[in-house]
Amino acid sequence: MSENKINSYRTGPDEDGHFGIFGGRYVAETLMPLILEVEKTYNHAKHDPAFKQEFHELLKEFVGRPNPLYFARRMTEHLKGAKIYFKREELNHTGAHKINNCIGQILLARRMGKTRIIAETGAGQHGVATATVCALFGMPCVIYMGAKDIERQKPNVFRMKLLGAEVVPVTSGSESLKDSMNEALRDWVTNVEDTFYIIGTAAGPHPYPELVRDFQCVIGDEAREQILEKEGRLPDSLVACVGGGSNAIGLFHPFLDDDVDMYAVEAAGLGIDTDKHAASLSGGAPGVLHGNRTYLLMDDDGQILEAHSISAGLDYPGIGPEHSHLHDIGRVKYVPIDDNEALEAFQLCTKLEGIIPALESAHAIAYVMKLAPTLPKNHIIVMGLSGRGDKDIFTVASALGEDI
Amino acid sequence: MGLSRIQKRFEKLKSENCAGLITFTTAGDPDYDTSLALLKGLPSAGADIIELGMPFSDPMADGPAIQEASIRALKNKMTLKKTLNMVESFREEDDDTPIILMGYYNPIYIYGVERFLHDALKAGIDGLIIVDLPPEEDSELAIPAKAVDMAMIHLATPTTDQNRLGQILENGSGFLYYVTIAGITGAAKPDLAPVKQALDNFRKITQLPMAVGFGIKSAEDAARFAKFADAVVVGSAIVDVIKSNINQENVANSVLESRVLSFVGELANGVKNARK
Ligand SMILES: Cc1ncc(COP(=O)(O)O)c(C=O)c1O
Repeated sequence: MSENKINSYRTGPDEDGHFGIFGGRYVAETLMPLILEVEKTYNHAKHDPAFKQEFHELLKEFVGRPNPLYFARRMTEHLKGAKIYFKREELNHTGAHKINNCIGQILLARRMGKTRIIAETGAGQHGVATATVCALFGMPCVIYMGAKDIERQKPNVFRMKLLGAEVVPVTSGSESLKDSMNEALRDWVTNVEDTFYIIGTAAGPHPYPELVRDFQCVIGDEAREQILEKEGRLPDSLVACVGGGSNAIGLFHPFLDDDVDMYAVEAAGLGIDTDKHAASLSGGAPGVLHGNRTYLLMDDDGQILEAHSISAGLDYPGIGPEHSHLHDIGRVKYVPIDDNEALEAFQLCTKLEGIIPALESAHAIAYVMKLAPTLPKNHIIVMGLSGRGDKDIFTVASALGEDI
Repeated sequence: MGLSRIQKRFEKLKSENCAGLITFTTAGDPDYDTSLALLKGLPSAGADIIELGMPFSDPMADGPAIQEASIRALKNKMTLKKTLNMVESFREEDDDTPIILMGYYNPIYIYGVERFLHDALKAGIDGLIIVDLPPEEDSELAIPAKAVDMAMIHLATPTTDQNRLGQILENGSGFLYYVTIAGITGAAKPDLAPVKQALDNFRKITQLPMAVGFGIKSAEDAARFAKFADAVVVGSAIVDVIKSNINQENVANSVLESRVLSFVGELANGVKNARK
């Protein structure tokens, strides 16, 4: 879906799945033929008008797209600087951007004749979105979720069960997102014949970073049209949070070749100078995990470290390979926001705008709170409001010392 | 030595008309000293080739037994550097038994590929099995390894077709490791017939010796595969014996070493007598 321009930031990946030195296909031989088949199927599908039509039809009728590009008037007034717009992914069916990608991938799974779906989840948003599309397509579905995450995202666990998914607690390693991904990969090598793995972010082996990005680009494509309609011009800055980086790349990608500044917000947990954060670009180095070369949090021996963030969806020690590349070439600026800043932003947005954001999205809001006051009033910021925060109220309550 | 030590070992096995036993243990499991003692005891217990696992925090292709072995080793501060040291100590006493490191790419990538190959050969390591490096990524390690005669053992699996086999053989050396099932280590018992069929097919295309592994847990199982495979790999079952001889703090009891080695002895018996 990207154009073939010579001086374009939108041409990646190359045919082996590389964005600069990042990306690739670091998977077990057992999975390799399947990964190649996913790639082949996707390459056909993306040029097939019927596939595109079904994808966009479902986004419209089932997900409720397009969602608004909303002028956050009170936030703008409060911060006394740039003009702030929210791209309202939290208004999608199931409450986050994750569903965009799930619709695309389940269509691919069906095209490949697969009959069983697996997925990993951190915050549970991707798990819920996957369980939802599986209900819609009548496919059995198994969701791997860290035991720690099951504890902190209970409402989503129950949602998945209601939708008919089997939620498997993962007790290995740090019991969070990276371990769930390991477990999903173990399931996949064992069930290559009938199973499709719906990866929840723009990471993993090629072609996942590419296809997840393409499915999420609906965010940026819509935002572009909407801002042109409202302001008659492109925005000056984009801001989005990054876990693996799917909502951010989806918002950014359609603007990469334009004169637009981009800020991707990493979770700094207790601070990037502590060992409790999830900021792989600000605090990591290139390594190889989960099928791709990318920036990772690790020790001197190449052992992957546990990430930490108050937000389960950002609690991952890696990031999608295209982000690593955009970081290295300096096209996107990666900035840290810590747990406290995110909590403060969560509350401010709720009170000022009447929108309870996901803790993940609150990281983006917190950066907007830093950025906007430094900019003139005619500067336009578009921020990806990736999800709603209903799932987080228990975590926030306990962080604020409230009993609910 | 590298590749040639592995080739010599397979020539010897061939001349004796018997399959080889390849044992897998994780370096540093449950601790450095016990692990080294096991390593030193393996050849006389009957191991023809030794696979030594490099502990990794995220062993995506391993079942619970080998995952836990990795975690035990890492808890005891095992590192890739110490794994190399361990092999160096082993080589002071044994110059014939091939040692192959098995694991995941990231620790090697972080160590630095050139430096790693140099240090590993010097330590006495002969080959590498890197689970998350399919032939598509041969330029990372397989090609540099080839240049210095470090064997790069590639995996073939039930999902590998003839086309891929060609690609796998291009930069693979030492032997071909046939994974008996689509799955993770320690998985369910594989069926014999499809494995034999796969090896028969592969033999039409390559002269490389063929080892089979994954899900082989007892001397009887090992013997059934040793009838037609050039070597049989047993991993999780050995690691299970380690696990049942440690306490909650991962401290080995006094019989761990003898239990593990006598189990290896049983396996070796099965393998050696399979074709008689
Ligand atoms: C609401 C929300 N935003 C963001 C993320 C982070 O994922 P990504 O970086 O792929 O957008 C998650 C992940 O669970 C999420 O639920």
